[in-house]
Amino acid sequence: MEFIVITLIKTAIIAFVLLTTLAYLQWVERKVIAHVQVRMGPSRVGPHGLLQPLADVIKLITKEGVLPPHVNKFFYLLAPFFAVFMALLSISVIPFGTSITLFGHTTAMQMTDLNVGILVILANSSMGVYGIALGGWASNNKYSLLGGLRSSAQMISYELPLSLAVASPLLMAGTLSLREIVNSQAGYYLGFIPKWAIFAMPFPQIFAFLIFMVSAFAETNRIPFDLPEAENELVAGFHVEYSSMKFAAFFMAEYANMVTVCSVATLLFLGGWLPLWPEAYGSNFVCSAILFVAGAICVYHGLNPARPFDRITLPFFGVVFFGLAAVMLVPFLVPVLMPLFWFLAKTGFLLFVFIWIRATLPRFRYDQLMGFAWKFLFPVALLNLLVTGLLVALVS
Amino acid sequence: MDHLFFFLFGFIAVVCAINVVLQKHPISSALSLIGVMGSIAVLYLQLGAPFIAMAQIIVYAGAVMVLFIFVIMLLNAGSEEQRGRSWTAQLLGIPALLAFLGLVAYYLQRWFSDAGVVKFDNFQGGTAQAVGYALFTDYLLPFEVTSVLILVAILGAIVLARKELD
Repeated sequence: MEFIVITLIKTAIIAFVLLTTLAYLQWVERKVIAHVQVRMGPSRVGPHGLLQPLADVIKLITKEGVLPPHVNKFFYLLAPFFAVFMALLSISVIPFGTSITLFGHTTAMQMTDLNVGILVILANSSMGVYGIALGGWASNNKYSLLGGLRSSAQMISYELPLSLAVASPLLMAGTLSLREIVNSQAGYYLGFIPKWAIFAMPFPQIFAFLIFMVSAFAETNRIPFDLPEAENELVAGFHVEYSSMKFAAFFMAEYANMVTVCSVATLLFLGGWLPLWPEAYGSNFVCSAILFVAGAICVYHGLNPARPFDRITLPFFGVVFFGLAAVMLVPFLVPVLMPLFWFLAKTGFLLFVFIWIRATLPRFRYDQLMGFAWKFLFPVALLNLLVTGLLVALVS
Repeated sequence: MDHLFFFLFGFIAVVCAINVVLQKHPISSALSLIGVMGSIAVLYLQLGAPFIAMAQIIVYAGAVMVLFIFVIMLLNAGSEEQRGRSWTAQLLGIPALLAFLGLVAYYLQRWFSDAGVVKFDNFQGGTAQAVGYALFTDYLLPFEVTSVLILVAILGAIVLARKELD
């Protein structure tokens, strides 16, 4: 009974946080791309456009959902929900931190710790293809069919280097459970170099990390690999015929997949919730320091206001930041909040890289995309796995 | 709880398997087959073989069936045409099916009435470690022979495709 209640509470919290993150990731993406292109980005709805995701959700829900007469109704309706279901399912095995004790109950910061956790994520991502492939096929439209075909071909091809890149840090960790993979990366060389998989001996997994990230871009259909929805060739690819919430479901699936692959990269290669340098050198104060600097900047600009109302709002937010910085120093909260901070910082950085690259790189040509996967990434990943396996066998 | 899940997913597997045959459109059949693979994976999980369950989903429900669906979509295969069945099939179909099912049930009951846990020789457990250890010790030869077989199949496919290209 206790188990069920705790699990339900955790599920509710994680689902709420994840869905909010997905909505705001859209806002972050629009803002970052806008600033890269020297624009303002969303700025009308709420301060700095912060209520834009809410407005988008209301708009998408209240729009008319058009059901085109020429589609295969059952599969047309099934596809977006299948895609979003498979994308959201993966979050259930991802650990965010160590454990938390509340009112005498201790529970891990994770929905469930499976001993095949990483395989569950791979299985989910391989099932996620069906959502896009079916959506493209059931729409009964040439553009969407081409988009669906491209997407399934691309995802099958890039799954191979992705899986091989995942396999090599697994060899070093010697387990498939995501929590134990992170625990195996604990410790420091020479007292300050973290034993994360990308630095670890006998063979630093930096190549595997790069292969994983490149394949992850293709798996999530992001620029420069977003061939399935190339606007100038396919109008909008597999979701041409979708409208309102069904369209939003595909977008949610894309962003949820992005969050999942970034979390997995963090867990496998970047040491999950482990800090960048030891606590002895003050890694626990990083979060407080960042918040303190943010607060100081707010107060400074509040004292030299550019607009009349800045005199009130900026000092208010400065005080809020100072308060948060103080909360991060409370002794009994530190063991819970610091792992969470490091995990979110690393995942957030990888998500930023995704958005950054979208703002920077042009799209590949389709034959280049396939050739890159099969002729370059796949052999390199295989070689990397071979060398890692040899060195692990020699050392142990 | 175990029994509930066994009957639930066993039922889903059987219904999906029947659906594979009954559906007229190849895509519907292929999707039902994915349902069968998925429910069988759950049954593996219940037998205490999490690694095999996940491999089942990744390899069969994921990779193999995606290729099936890909080919069906590429060929844009339409619905099958329904033809009139011959009178022997109409007359004998259902009784023959019932007799076959009865025979299977009878022999299963007779041979496996006292069987407890399923065993494969001295192989115990379905964790990744156990499967890997078994594959590289007791079953090394079949494992390597299978990989050579797959290599031969790949070469055959390339040779066939090449002839088409020239």
